[in-house]
Amino acid sequence: MEVNEVFEKVKNLFVDELGIDAEKVTMEAKLEEDLDIDSLGIVEVVMAFEDEFEIEIDDEELTDVGTVGQAVNLLHSKL
Amino acid sequence: MKTALVTGGSRGIGKAIAQKLAETSNVAVGYSNSKEQAVEVVNSIQANGGNAIAVQIDVTDNESVEKCFELIEKELSSVEILVNNAGITKDNIFPRLKQDDWDSVIDTNLTGSFRASQRAIKGMMKNKWGRIVFISSVAGISGNMGQSNYAASKAGMIGLAKTISKELGSRNITSNVIAPGYIDTDMTSFLNDEQKEDIIGQLSIKRVGKPEDIANMVSFLCSDESEYITGQVFPVDGGLTT
Repeated sequence: MEVNEVFEKVKNLFVDELGIDAEKVTMEAKLEEDLDIDSLGIVEVVMAFEDEFEIEIDDEELTDVGTVGQAVNLLHSKL
Repeated sequence: MKTALVTGGSRGIGKAIAQKLAETSNVAVGYSNSKEQAVEVVNSIQANGGNAIAVQIDVTDNESVEKCFELIEKELSSVEILVNNAGITKDNIFPRLKQDDWDSVIDTNLTGSFRASQRAIKGMMKNKWGRIVFISSVAGISGNMGQSNYAASKAGMIGLAKTISKELGSRNITSNVIAPGYIDTDMTSFLNDEQKEDIIGQLSIKRVGKPEDIANMVSFLCSDESEYITGQVFPVDGGLTT
């Protein structure tokens, strides 16, 4: 799967699962500051990623994920 | 209609809870070994116009928990109301308590609640609505002779329920605990008449509790009306712990 395909899927999850405006979801957007996702929201996103992409994400892998782009790259590397 | 899962729903308090919740919800009657009794509970619910299914759930086994939830999701919907009721006792005076009996009681009562709750919360977070009720015990508040393992497991459920309430309150998920006192079920059937009279003497309401006394409280805590109540412990015990 190409990076931009992963991004589209990720964007859909943010919109569908968390009700975030689609135009706000850019590769540069910061999860907490720009998208206003709290710590539980990040857990929800991760669980949705795991279901959508049928992967498992360790908590350690998430420590460096602060933006949508970093999440997309992490997912892309695991597929 | 919402969907409720009652673990240990085939007998005793769980049976009364399943029957009561069926007045307003679809109910999955969880059983571990007593399949026939679970089917009888389902039949009694259907005879009253309710909708119920019997599902096997061994709360000590992750695979069984997963299978149970998948079946409920297929047959009814995702679980919106979870009643952690499955529990066992293996009583012995503490100096003689074997570790096997400690382990199995903790694994069923406390870790079993953890397994079922964690699985249920997945769907509740998605739905942004959920009700979890833990059936603890006054033994978890006050301790009880010969029940160190049981009391510890029931006290542990309180800590679990309170933490879930803090973590998930923002998603309209409430998590509360009911602490039954002496309720007339198989679990207390070993008491002789004299012991029962002794117990009743300690109560403000001069009778042993009925499973329905617990079920009524569960029903309220699982309703929309209880949305502002979370992280609390409610003794339903005829005044034993006042």
